[in-house]
Amino acid sequence: MPEPILEVARLNGWYGESHVLHGVDLKIGQGEVVTIVGRNGVGKTTTLRAIMGILRRREGSVKLFGAETIRMVPEKIAKLGVGYVPEERGIFASLTVTENLFLPPILAPGGMSVDELYTLFPNLKDRGRSQGSKLSGGEQQMLAIARVLRTGARFLILDEPTEGLAPVIVQQIGRVLETIKSKGLTVLLVEQNFRFAAGVADRHYVMESGKIIDVINRSEITEKMERLEAYLGV
Amino acid sequence: MSATALFGQLLLGLINGSFYAMLSLGLAIVFGLLAIVNAAQGAFYMLGAFFAWMLLQYVGIGYWPALILAPLGVAIFGMVMERTLLKRVYNLDHLYGLLLTLGIFQIIQGMFVYWYGTSGQPYNYPYELTGGHNLGFMFMPNYRAWVVVASLVLCFGTWYAIEKTRLGAYLRAATENPMLVRAFGINVPMLVTLSFGAGVALAGIAGVLAAPIYQVNPLMGGNIITVVFAVVVIGGFGSILGSIITGLALGVLEGLSKVFYPEASNMVIFAVMILVLMVKPVGLFGRER
Amino acid sequence: MALQVSDIGAAESPRSRSIEWIGLGVGVAVLLAVPYFVYPVFLIKLLCMALFACSFNLLIGGGGLLSFGHAAFFGGAAYIAAELAKMYGFPFELALLAGTATGAFLGLVFGLVAIRRAGLFFAMITLALAQAVYFLALRLPFTHSEDGIQAVPRGWLFGVIDLKDNLTMYYVTAAIFFLGYLLVRRVWKSPFGQVLRAIKDNQPRMISLGFPVDRYKLANFVLSAALSGLAGSLKAIALGLATLTDVDFTTSAAVVLMVLLGGLGTLMGPVVGAIISVTMDDYLAGIGIPVPVVIGVIFVFIILVFRRGIVGEVIALWQRFEASRSAPARK
Repeated sequence: MPEPILEVARLNGWYGESHVLHGVDLKIGQGEVVTIVGRNGVGKTTTLRAIMGILRRREGSVKLFGAETIRMVPEKIAKLGVGYVPEERGIFASLTVTENLFLPPILAPGGMSVDELYTLFPNLKDRGRSQGSKLSGGEQQMLAIARVLRTGARFLILDEPTEGLAPVIVQQIGRVLETIKSKGLTVLLVEQNFRFAAGVADRHYVMESGKIIDVINRSEITEKMERLEAYLGV
Repeated sequence: MSATALFGQLLLGLINGSFYAMLSLGLAIVFGLLAIVNAAQGAFYMLGAFFAWMLLQYVGIGYWPALILAPLGVAIFGMVMERTLLKRVYNLDHLYGLLLTLGIFQIIQGMFVYWYGTSGQPYNYPYELTGGHNLGFMFMPNYRAWVVVASLVLCFGTWYAIEKTRLGAYLRAATENPMLVRAFGINVPMLVTLSFGAGVALAGIAGVLAAPIYQVNPLMGGNIITVVFAVVVIGGFGSILGSIITGLALGVLEGLSKVFYPEASNMVIFAVMILVLMVKPVGLFGRER
Repeated sequence: MALQVSDIGAAESPRSRSIEWIGLGVGVAVLLAVPYFVYPVFLIKLLCMALFACSFNLLIGGGGLLSFGHAAFFGGAAYIAAELAKMYGFPFELALLAGTATGAFLGLVFGLVAIRRAGLFFAMITLALAQAVYFLALRLPFTHSEDGIQAVPRGWLFGVIDLKDNLTMYYVTAAIFFLGYLLVRRVWKSPFGQVLRAIKDNQPRMISLGFPVDRYKLANFVLSAALSGLAGSLKAIALGLATLTDVDFTTSAAVVLMVLLGGLGTLMGPVVGAIISVTMDDYLAGIGIPVPVVIGVIFVFIILVFRRGIVGEVIALWQRFEASRSAPARK
């Protein structure tokens, strides 16, 4: 593939004294949608945090847009064009919806305009003045995705976007991801809901005990379904 | 007790209250971001007054420019302190921040006492604000009216900046979840340093406003900070507006008690504090952090 | 992360216990011999402050609570004891008792108000409460505000021992200090002390286990206040003076420094800290360097670099030494 958007090699990570990531290897090319799947607690969220620079103690190599970022602070990493949607969504309670939407600064031209965003996320349209805390789970998830889409980030990291959401909203998020994909953005996704993941992703990395143990392409899903179910403990 | 005396004390109470408000506002901003109580806040108040005095004494620069230059100097001093010293204790128990700023307070106050002794230096009212107006029920000195107006403008201006502007949104977000704000590309450490500067500048400008009224004295920081702490405990660190209202209200309360029960006037704020602690330990506007 | 406290409550080997006994023995010997080398009145002052520091350590090292108001207990007791001894003819031991009770009472009042909060707020509340006590001391007639209570008579111990002689007064002081130190040590190592440390490390867990944590914390606070009161009354009577300085913030800050300097949560730390602090105070005042500045610099230095304090660092070194001796070299 041409120069990958994300290239992770031998990534090790610690929470304090606890060694959580044991040498993660990943590669994502431009325009791809890739997921990390695995059981609870294997290190999926930790990997995302390590890539984003939020995990303090990490070693190895993380290359974003060709630049080595293992020593970088989060704000520098973001400025390379990375948009982060955390697991807890991170909607600020003391900010209004509009303030939340406009908080992440523009990182590059080409981000979605406010009108485009309101078209994609109609439930946010008239909620501008509400406090962030007043939104439902689904609305918060929409807002969390919308605000990084506004920034012009070319690489999006989403942590469990469908967690705890009603099927109708999950479908909506699926459509949002299709739109993101059609714009040529690159996405790294962590998802517990494998059916959802299978619907959108080109490739799945399977994680176990802080390491990637398998890679399954979209085309291989049916034949490797049993193996997958074993990994995910279904 | 004549009406004139009553209103005179009320006015003084309002002035003290606005100083309490400005200092506790500065404390609240820093606390929100860092969860550290800046015990040196009183020293910055004193530095503001002293910088104004020094500007006049050594450089011949008067009150009006000092109103901008002194707080600026205080802010720079504070930001240097934050970058070099305070930053090192962010990862520790927050009590160490309190202890560190306490130590810094001792150093600053101690040096100024050593250089200038404990009797105050006089600082003249700016010419434009001498004299006053007879309002019928009281005589209103121009300078005091100015202090009240200026303080209210500063307090509510700060409130507005925090609650209603883009920069304020950055600040409020960083108070809630600094890591996520960084992950959006915002330089939070810089934001913290600048906010610290702003927080101490508020104390500094209060010092300049106070200089003609209370004289410029190395001990003025220590005298005011214990009351400010009581104000903060009463108000809680929950809201910016809460700090302002609590500071003003307690100043007025203190002023009123001077009228009716002067022996207990020092104690009244502490009595209120004990009452609030028994009834609502988080403070009147407090939220569990 | 809690305040950095050296863990003395940890398992004791027979070796460390015998070292402790030797240490105590050496301590007693030093206490007995030292007045022949150092001016007894200075030693009295030092021992009172050392007792004050030990009692403060009960709260901060044992309970993990930083109080900025201990001067209220120390100075409040000083005033009461001095007044009772001077104006009401209380004998020495009763005056001390009254002072201790004053400390305990104030501790109870402060504790009831403050104990529900922790950390920063606890510190600020105790500071403000102590300031209230300061204002009381300023206003109440019997304290004579700026002048203080002077020429407090030492009287006789148990009606039998005349305390006028400085050397005698010193030995009585040393005995009281030593008893106080043993009491602190006993409490520290007792089940009560262990529960307190457990509360300090993980209060929610202790609550879920059914411990009445507020009562434990309050009891510890009152004990600490009472012993501070003992130290204050002793100081007032032995040195003959109770002043506003005893109740003001600088005294509260001084005891914090002593404990930090010597080592939070170590038994000997407060004593070492007191020795250094009082000696330095005396010396610096003599050569005219501003004492608060030096204290502030030391504070800052300790917090940035030296958080375990002197005794704490020594203990840490010792533990590292022990570990490398007993275990084979590891990665």
